[in-house]
Amino acid sequence: MVTLKKSLNLLAAVIFTASSVFSYAQTNAQNLEKSIEETEQSVAETLEAAEEANHEHPIVEKTQAQKVQDHITHHLADDYSFVFFSDEAEGKNYGFSLPVILIDNGLKVFMSSEFDYGKKVVEKDGQFYKLYHGKIYKTDAAGTIDYDDTHHPTNEKPLDFSITKNVASLLFTTALIFVMFLGLAKTYKNGANNLPKGFARALEPMVLYVRDEMAIPNIGKDKYRKFMPYLLSVFFLIFLLNLLGLTPLGFNVTGSISVTACLAIFTFIITQFSANKDYWKHIFWMPGVPVPMKIMLAPIEILGALIKPFSLMVRLFANITAGHSVVFGLIAIIFVMKEALGTGGAIGIGFFLSTFLVFLEILVAFLQAFIFTMLSSLFIGMAVAEHEHDEAHH
Amino acid sequence: MELPNIIGAGLIVIGAGYGLGKIGSSAMDAIARQPEAAGKIQTAMIIIGALLEGLAFGALILGK
Repeated sequence: MVTLKKSLNLLAAVIFTASSVFSYAQTNAQNLEKSIEETEQSVAETLEAAEEANHEHPIVEKTQAQKVQDHITHHLADDYSFVFFSDEAEGKNYGFSLPVILIDNGLKVFMSSEFDYGKKVVEKDGQFYKLYHGKIYKTDAAGTIDYDDTHHPTNEKPLDFSITKNVASLLFTTALIFVMFLGLAKTYKNGANNLPKGFARALEPMVLYVRDEMAIPNIGKDKYRKFMPYLLSVFFLIFLLNLLGLTPLGFNVTGSISVTACLAIFTFIITQFSANKDYWKHIFWMPGVPVPMKIMLAPIEILGALIKPFSLMVRLFANITAGHSVVFGLIAIIFVMKEALGTGGAIGIGFFLSTFLVFLEILVAFLQAFIFTMLSSLFIGMAVAEHEHDEAHH
Repeated sequence: MELPNIIGAGLIVIGAGYGLGKIGSSAMDAIARQPEAAGKIQTAMIIIGALLEGLAFGALILGK
């Protein structure tokens, strides 16, 4: 592991312990809640079958494993509402809906509760919309969805600028970071050597960690200042989003490829626009090698510059997605293995395994934020590095 | 998943595991020889591990 400063070590331990306790308590409560629901399974199945018929699906009874799989895919995808838990027996979802904003012959704003989780067709100014498998389609009054050969809907989609679950989570986390760092910023305004008060004192070691372990060694003592705002923002945003993703709030923001792609593009743009002459020379006309080699190296170097942000994007996305699916999978042991182990045994094993996995995920949450920031500063450092003028190296 | 994809995913994991093992063992050797440089070695180890992981994940996702 990374060598941490002692104060940071303590802070990290406190943060991690607190967040995990919160998470476990909720997981346990949810598990128990779900196990109670299990007893009403037969009622739920008939209800679901009726609902399925409504959805124009062929009526197939889903096995427990398929349900778990559906639940995981649903969690990993974006959504138009926050659902904390749902009552299958009564077909009720507990959570809150978020605003839907569509641009389709003018601006149309309404709450996603009008869709009633895909059961109802919404009419706005003579145009009908239907929520189908997490996406909004234009339909007729009856809500007909046309399919192509591979069972994909062919209906037209309106331009969608909705405040979805991911957008709301991102806004919430940004506001949280803003509030957290306001105090720290105020202290430094009064004098560079002031000691921060309250929660800000806990944040200072982490800021110093980003500066001393990532920015200065990789970018260099003279140039790191310009990039600190970006590196700090990206570090704390990813770290906080990863940690909140482990709580039962149901955030899966860093496990959404569009979010990580956006972050990677930021790093790419900052790298390219802060690059100096030497960087471009090393890409297009590598010094110190024969001319045929220079021509061969140029495409490889260009490709390399594009692969760097791509790997940043995929690494964060894949790590968080994999982590969330495995945590869900282990919790699902409770339902899948219920017959084999008995309800008590299944809850015990599922809880035991998921507890350890969540510990591992807390480590991954920090490690991924660290790696993203570290590699960003490394790439920026490579772009701004001053080369001594001996053209023989490389 | 098709059978070739499953075999490919297995090969990727074998390769990534071998690579991580090499990185870990070399880092252990280096730390044993120079314990005072442990911090720097660990940071370098994690960076290379992350690059390897990015490659492996990229291959797994593109091959899916």
